[in-house]
Amino acid sequence: MSSDQLVDTDEGAQEITDRSLVPAAERLREAGAVLRMSEAAAAELEAREPSEDETMIMNMGPQHPSTHGVLRLMLELSGETVLRTKPVIGYLHTGMEKTGEQLTYLQGPTNVTRMDYAAPLFNELAFSMATEQLLGVELPPRATWIRMLMCELNRAASHLLFQATNGMDIGAISMMLYGWREREEVLRVLEKITGLRMNHNYIRPGGVAADLPDGWEDDVARLIEIIPPRLDEYDDLLTGQPIWRERLQGVGVITTDEAIALGATGPILRSTGHAWDLRRDMPYLAYDEVEFDVIVGTYGDCFDRYAIRLNEIRESLRIIGQILEKMPGGDYRVQDRKVTPPPRARIDESMEALIHHFKIFTEGFQVPAGETYAAVESPRGELGCYLVSDGTAKPYRMRVRGPSFVNLQTLPHMMRNGLIADAVAVISSVDPIMGEVDR
Amino acid sequence: MTEHTNPEDPVGTAREDVHESHGVPATRSLGQDVLHPPRERLRELVQALGDEGFDLCVDVTAVDYLAHAARPLPEGVTAERFEVVVSLLDHAGKRRVRLRVQVPADDPVVPSLTHLHPGAEALERETFDMFGIHFEGHPDLTRILMPEDWEGHPLRKDYAVGAIPVEFKAAT
Repeated sequence: MSSDQLVDTDEGAQEITDRSLVPAAERLREAGAVLRMSEAAAAELEAREPSEDETMIMNMGPQHPSTHGVLRLMLELSGETVLRTKPVIGYLHTGMEKTGEQLTYLQGPTNVTRMDYAAPLFNELAFSMATEQLLGVELPPRATWIRMLMCELNRAASHLLFQATNGMDIGAISMMLYGWREREEVLRVLEKITGLRMNHNYIRPGGVAADLPDGWEDDVARLIEIIPPRLDEYDDLLTGQPIWRERLQGVGVITTDEAIALGATGPILRSTGHAWDLRRDMPYLAYDEVEFDVIVGTYGDCFDRYAIRLNEIRESLRIIGQILEKMPGGDYRVQDRKVTPPPRARIDESMEALIHHFKIFTEGFQVPAGETYAAVESPRGELGCYLVSDGTAKPYRMRVRGPSFVNLQTLPHMMRNGLIADAVAVISSVDPIMGEVDR
Repeated sequence: MTEHTNPEDPVGTAREDVHESHGVPATRSLGQDVLHPPRERLRELVQALGDEGFDLCVDVTAVDYLAHAARPLPEGVTAERFEVVVSLLDHAGKRRVRLRVQVPADDPVVPSLTHLHPGAEALERETFDMFGIHFEGHPDLTRILMPEDWEGHPLRKDYAVGAIPVEFKAAT
């Protein structure tokens, strides 16, 4: 790159700065005045601000156990109270969008699956859906339903992980072990189907990697039998327990308007009472053919977000039960010679099939030029994939809109005027996955 | 499968019906609504769309078209090197719209949307970090994913992909 094309990159530190150096308007924004405020309200807020020598700026993370990876928060504290927060991210940035431009469409899912590593199948799904839109291929019904089954299993696993880490963060250590135990049950089924516990590379453009193995019905049926009683145990252990409620209720409150203004989606938005779920409101796959409820909260606090995720596991299991009954027969991938490698048996007898197989896996297939956006409801919110194709076998631009990345912006707002101990509960209730935040 | 490639029209411009909406050229891309506002009109357009119900700014990102300049654009829109892509969502109407704004390489500046959608803040910072596109009026335009002292903007097409030469040695 020539030097004149370079834009000056010294834009200052990604840090929270001293109170005296920050203009008032900026402080208000950091304080979470995201909606239009009257001048009187702003002046009142200003008047209540403490002076600089009463506050302390403290660093939390990136190696803090409750930050779910490498999230760093700069907090301005007045005693135990959090006044301002600034999340600093990028510690896990590995340039996956750039990497995506170097990989063919068939290799793409191996890359995107590592973004939200707690819900990898959703990344693969969004990428595959965008690719299929560009290709203009229609999936066979079985492929659609297998995808739906896998995604709901994955959603349950992801929310069980949340139950575990949320319990750990708040001090319910036994919950951590229970959540992990149940998640492992789900992962065992995923492993049997895909071959891997995580980062499956199972959903691919054109369908899924392999058909469901023999006996999958029994495994899945066992799962939907053993998980619900354990969820009821969680209810006994946590939901009605006064210490748990005391710890979460009224903590990290956000309203619908604020959540929408900050771009929040998923359980954070639903906790405010706004019923928005892409599965119901903009159906993809075959979600319009199954019955489920969109779980919403009332107060937009940490407790609502906990309860929403707990009940979403139940709804996922309900969907899985319907999928068990309705799973159609047929092919598990689209039979389009351009996209689909020939079956293994054909390779042994036909030279052309061997060449075809080789070309698809070395060169990939060409995707018509165009641009498209596909979105799915991941356990954390709207996961979108914006693909631009220039007609070659590799995406010209692959953009993944990670819900955790956008949801993190609600942190300064939800943590303001709370205690440091509550900050831990708030971070946990956002459930950010740093692999997706930093990509 | 539908056949997209036509030697006369390799990228399918002619099929897209170009019309006008909100005073800017509008197209449909694979069934999705796309608007092509000039950057001067971006903020005003997002405001107008917001009044119509597009209340959530889903995504702000960019594409560097350095190596793929010949893309289909409606008449009256000059192709520039960068394109800032804004996705909006209407919760009540259950619809989406995408805005593609042309941004020249020699003056990569776009008005910031943070006053209308505070949630665009981190997304614009990321776009700045990755493409070096400045968002005018952004409250805190710093790098977000890359280190502060990083040089260059990684998602630009003329930014090389890093590679480490690996020397393979015979086993002894």
